[in-house]
Amino acid sequence: MKHNVELRDHPAELRKFRLRLGISAGFVVIFFMLLYARFYYLQVAQQDHYHTLAEANRISILPIVPNRGLIYDRNGKVLAQNYSAYALEIVPSKVADIESTIDELATIIEITPTDRQRFKKLMKESKRFKSLPLRNRLTDVEIATFATNRYRFPGVEIKARVFRQYPEKEMVSHVIGYISRINDRDLEQLEQNEELNNYRGSQYIGKIGIEQSYEKQLHGITGFEEVETDAAGRSIRVLSRTPPVSGNNLILSLDLGLQDAAEKAFGDRRGALVALDPNNGEVLAFVSKPGYDNNLFIGGIDQENWNLLNNSIDRPLNNRALRGVYPPGSTFKPFMALAALELGKRTAEYSINDPGYFSLPGVDRRYRDWKPGGHGRVNLHKSLVVSCDTYYYGLANDLGIDNIHSFIGQFGLGKKTGIDIEGEVSGLLPSAEWKMKQFKQKWYAGDTISVAIGQGYNLTTPLQLAFATMIIANNGKAYLPRLVKQIQNSQTGTIEEIPPKLLKKLKLKPHNLEVVKNALVDVTRPGGTAAKAAINAAYTFAGKTGTSQVIGIKQGERYNEKSINERHRDHAMFIAYAPAEDPKIALAVLIENTGTGGSTAAPVARQVFDYFLLGQQPEATIAQFSEAVDNHEHEHL
Amino acid sequence: MIEIKKIWHYFVRYIDGFLLIGIVALMSVGLTVLYSATGGNISKVSHQAINISIALVVMWMVANIPLQQIKRLALPMYMMGLALLIGVALFGEISNGARRWLDIGITKIQPSELMKVAIPLMMAWYFDKHEITLRLRDYLGATILLMLPVFLILKQPDLGTAILIATSGFYVLFLAGLSWRIIIGLIAIAAGSFPILWSTMHDYQRQRIMTLLDPSQDPLGAGYHTIQSSIAIGSGGVIGKGWQNGTQTQLDFLPEQSTDFIFAVFSEEFGLIGNTLLLLLYLIVIGRCLVITANASTQFTRLIAGSITLTFFTYIFVNMGMVSGILPVVGVPLPLISYGGTSMVTMLLGFGILMSIQTHPKLIKT
Repeated sequence: MKHNVELRDHPAELRKFRLRLGISAGFVVIFFMLLYARFYYLQVAQQDHYHTLAEANRISILPIVPNRGLIYDRNGKVLAQNYSAYALEIVPSKVADIESTIDELATIIEITPTDRQRFKKLMKESKRFKSLPLRNRLTDVEIATFATNRYRFPGVEIKARVFRQYPEKEMVSHVIGYISRINDRDLEQLEQNEELNNYRGSQYIGKIGIEQSYEKQLHGITGFEEVETDAAGRSIRVLSRTPPVSGNNLILSLDLGLQDAAEKAFGDRRGALVALDPNNGEVLAFVSKPGYDNNLFIGGIDQENWNLLNNSIDRPLNNRALRGVYPPGSTFKPFMALAALELGKRTAEYSINDPGYFSLPGVDRRYRDWKPGGHGRVNLHKSLVVSCDTYYYGLANDLGIDNIHSFIGQFGLGKKTGIDIEGEVSGLLPSAEWKMKQFKQKWYAGDTISVAIGQGYNLTTPLQLAFATMIIANNGKAYLPRLVKQIQNSQTGTIEEIPPKLLKKLKLKPHNLEVVKNALVDVTRPGGTAAKAAINAAYTFAGKTGTSQVIGIKQGERYNEKSINERHRDHAMFIAYAPAEDPKIALAVLIENTGTGGSTAAPVARQVFDYFLLGQQPEATIAQFSEAVDNHEHEHL
Repeated sequence: MIEIKKIWHYFVRYIDGFLLIGIVALMSVGLTVLYSATGGNISKVSHQAINISIALVVMWMVANIPLQQIKRLALPMYMMGLALLIGVALFGEISNGARRWLDIGITKIQPSELMKVAIPLMMAWYFDKHEITLRLRDYLGATILLMLPVFLILKQPDLGTAILIATSGFYVLFLAGLSWRIIIGLIAIAAGSFPILWSTMHDYQRQRIMTLLDPSQDPLGAGYHTIQSSIAIGSGGVIGKGWQNGTQTQLDFLPEQSTDFIFAVFSEEFGLIGNTLLLLLYLIVIGRCLVITANASTQFTRLIAGSITLTFFTYIFVNMGMVSGILPVVGVPLPLISYGGTSMVTMLLGFGILMSIQTHPKLIKT
């Protein structure tokens, strides 16, 4: 029965089945063609596209950070260097509880409260996926301890890093500046300058000083490694490598020995000193006291140290040489004297009778000389040697503010010098036009009188004064002051000299210059305001003392050093060059709140000269001073 | 000598040589690609070789059973499968958020796999029984037989398997002569109900469907597989990157490269030329199966052979379609090539049936 059923086979039904089977076969072929079309599209039409995607999948480009260029002084002493060390780093985004992780790390590796503070500050400033250092300079023992405990700390790693170090710390911090971690503002700046690519992988950038202004030279060119990586991001092999090009080394014109001598001469006093080579504008010494330890800033400064530096009454972070503005005081007089001669308002022979004060015609007000009773007969020479104020009151009135402004402006006072570090301020050399613009007031004749002796609206930086002094010393040549003397190519070792840049040559009559310069030499001779500082000097030097007022003294009052707050006492100033007949160094010294230039600032200049010209240490110069005082006392006996 | 010949003859008398060569050729391709996909993992390749051996033994055994015997198994197999599916729904083990496995003490089984064979058998048996008078209600009855297990599998949930089993059942209906009007009507109803269905769906469900259709919407999640496999295939180009040189494969960008996505490995390393040869090889095997189907002598054997053949094709199409990014990702292995024992055994069981149909004396009308 069963077989019967199975044996029944209608030809019509079979035909129908085979038709359906044929249709199915047709579908199979059509669908296979559809697949084939898709394969063709992917593998032929879009092959390039997918090839690119596949390559992008497997190849990642890792930056290799170049070594930062080193910084040396003119004699090859290291001012900024690199060292490799291991750092304990944390990627915040990979750690659930940072606080407890650090606590736990502290049980195996020493982590000071300062480290914690600095790390917290870094965390606030950085993106969460960035690796941030918790501890630098791990010891071998610490590295081994961490390695065995590593599994406990996901997101924490030991990394080999190159660190910057400034061996001279405070002594040259205002020149060298520092590098620190790249922040969002730096990134913006780099993007604007289209330098972002070169900073992929870089952690640090110069923030201030030479480190900042020569960033391009120092940073170098980032290298790249093409690495094949798998889906988990593990490197499989290196496909190609473009080595980084180290940054170039800088050789400064700064003489570290001279800088050290100047520091010693300052002792604990605050102030600034800038010494230039009058033959080319090279900066030989650049002191701003107090300095700060620039190493603190490299990894990000901790709050405690920052507060200490930032809130200190001594303002150690303030670069006084570059950014401190002070009335030039009597150091302004040589330029006034030159103006008088050059503009024909005075002759060398012309003299006045100094009663100890000056009054404008028809006005009661008396402008006092520093010396009560006056200096008697005073010509131009004497006016500089004894620093007679009265002479210049009258002179200023004759010159007028506009002449003063345009003539003395040539010496760079009240203008940025263009030195090769950033942040310079311009100070102020007043003019009638300036006053109108600033205060909407006309210029009064009385304003000119205080400008004459470097007070009033006058504001200059120690750098500007050194620059102006250099121009007198070299008979009118305004060289651009610069800190970097040579750039050494890190690859070839070849040294590129940076040629001196003569900004302009002032047209000054040699005779007039000679009159003023002779007077400046006599300032350092017996009878001059800086005579004591020049006692027993083995060379002649020229200079001009100055006193820069911190607070105004009212009409009818006297300045009494002892009765006023120490910080309100006058600043002592001295500009000088040596040797007088063939100047090799020109400088400006400012010492804050120490009184007259002759007694405190000029001896510092002398010590610097002695070191520079004779190789004599400040201690020896100071010994000469006291010897001279002894001899003097013997004479009296 | 004669003895050996006799034994050999006894051994191969129910084997279709043509089909066997095609199958073995595809399996060899599979092992070769697997070696590359596993990064030269010999133990995994050996394991697959064992799977293949077991599957070949199963095929040989099935090929030796006359269809009349197999036919008797249709109803019990179906009932058992259904019972197991209900068992899964009630006591099944949950893994990966789906309830698919049943622990029967000795081992864990996946009843839906059994259903892949049981459904066409049952439906073919059903149509064979009602052969003389096929009316609409017979098709309706067959549809109910199909939809019961499909519904249970859909609930597990295992959309991919449910669709494939439903498809294999549909092939039986189609080949049994389901009227064109009903087929077109069903398609129209499905198309018409979609907008209504869409409007009742939650946002996340719509999102899932959108991701299925456009993987680039979720490149790291659901779309990751398709994007990476498209890159693998496309970057292979015309001649491919060479065996064991596919970067997408060797560097692990390609997911599930030894199982569902093994075709992308093949495609990346052997290119369009390899794909063409592979499609042709599959076409030859399918062609042979169609010939066997066309020559089958009874309604039962015709329907079962046709359903097995077209299901085999469907697996190939759905797998290649999803790997190359024209179909949504559903877990379907590439027949005879993907790593895994279960699907290999199921496939060869089907080929065993086809061989049995071809090689046993046909009961043609006399």
